[in-house]
Amino acid sequence: MSDEKQQVSRRQFLNYTLTGVGGFMAAGLLISPIRMAIDPVLKGSSGGDLANVGLSVDDITADPQRIDWSVDQVDGWYESEVSRSAWVYKNDNDEIVAFSPVCKHLGCIVSWEGSEQHPNEYFCPCHDGRYYKDGTNVPGTPPLAPLDVYEQEVKDGMLFLGDVIPQGEA
Amino acid sequence: MLQKIYDWIDDRIDITPIWRDIADHEVPEHVNPAHHFSAFVYCFGGLTFFVVVIQILSGMFLTMYYVPDIENAWKSVYYLQTEVAHGQIVRGMHHWGASVVIVMLLLHTLRVFFQGAYKKPRELNWVVGVLIFFVMLGLGFTGYLLPWDNKAYFATQVGLEMAEQVPLIGTQLKILLAGDATIVGAQTLTRFFAIHVFFLPAALFGLLAAHFILIRRQGISGPL
Repeated sequence: MSDEKQQVSRRQFLNYTLTGVGGFMAAGLLISPIRMAIDPVLKGSSGGDLANVGLSVDDITADPQRIDWSVDQVDGWYESEVSRSAWVYKNDNDEIVAFSPVCKHLGCIVSWEGSEQHPNEYFCPCHDGRYYKDGTNVPGTPPLAPLDVYEQEVKDGMLFLGDVIPQGEA
Repeated sequence: MLQKIYDWIDDRIDITPIWRDIADHEVPEHVNPAHHFSAFVYCFGGLTFFVVVIQILSGMFLTMYYVPDIENAWKSVYYLQTEVAHGQIVRGMHHWGASVVIVMLLLHTLRVFFQGAYKKPRELNWVVGVLIFFVMLGLGFTGYLLPWDNKAYFATQVGLEMAEQVPLIGTQLKILLAGDATIVGAQTLTRFFAIHVFFLPAALFGLLAAHFILIRRQGISGPL
């Protein structure tokens, strides 16, 4: 910078002023629409309640069984009942485990012993993804993470399931 | 940095003449409010356009939430008004802007009329302006139905009855607008939505382009 006082020319002054005023007006115009548009991103999900899935704890065995139930879903202005499903079994420590059937590769639906070639495993028909009984993905098959588990609770001898929790990379 | 990007593009495709042609033109003294304050009357056309820009922007954003379906239209508007942050403001912009557009349009028309600015050689631009006015009224009429509340429904009922009064083709015109001979319902709503967001805006853009090209070609009319 030189020691001389920097002169602002008339043209520069007008340019700055017009850009400033124009920017202010454009910002005033766009701030509300943009805030409205990004509202879903900022809202965050409210954790759903746990739902009774209609399965008595006594009926849960060491063999995974598929259970289906439905939950009330509020989607903006639209409320509906949507179906959920899970594979439920008791592991060696006698803990109840409920897996989400959504494949961790690209989101198809997996089945317990869904392929005759792969007994005692979960199988995804889309790209032959496989998981062991404890939900861990079989190395060398497409999935990169173990199956998600449902948040769970046992009340009055019945199983209640809630949101899906990812288990992290294996 | 910006200057460098601009120069790089300008080197290759020579954009300077394009924006100069649009933006760089003399404002005659008699339309400059800095010289004669009464020249503010020349602002109404530009203000109309400014409000139209607000309408287009707010309308685009509103369609992120609105559904043109009789089961969900009202619910989606209610959701937007009560649950979405700033939804009330954006719908307010579109709602009030719709009225302000008509007011500005009218003031602009009055200025042109009382200054005799529509006279030769600008008669054609007056005609284009009147067509823009009709398109705006159409946008107001079709937009009024979209919230699908009682006011919207019965206003449209009345509007359709008015269309029916047109000699000879009245009945056909009404059915064409409503999508059904007797019902104001599902088919009316989707039709009005399509007209409101696609057909009339397309016509409006074409007419506005003609309006602006003509005013640049012919220049602003001289002082009184």
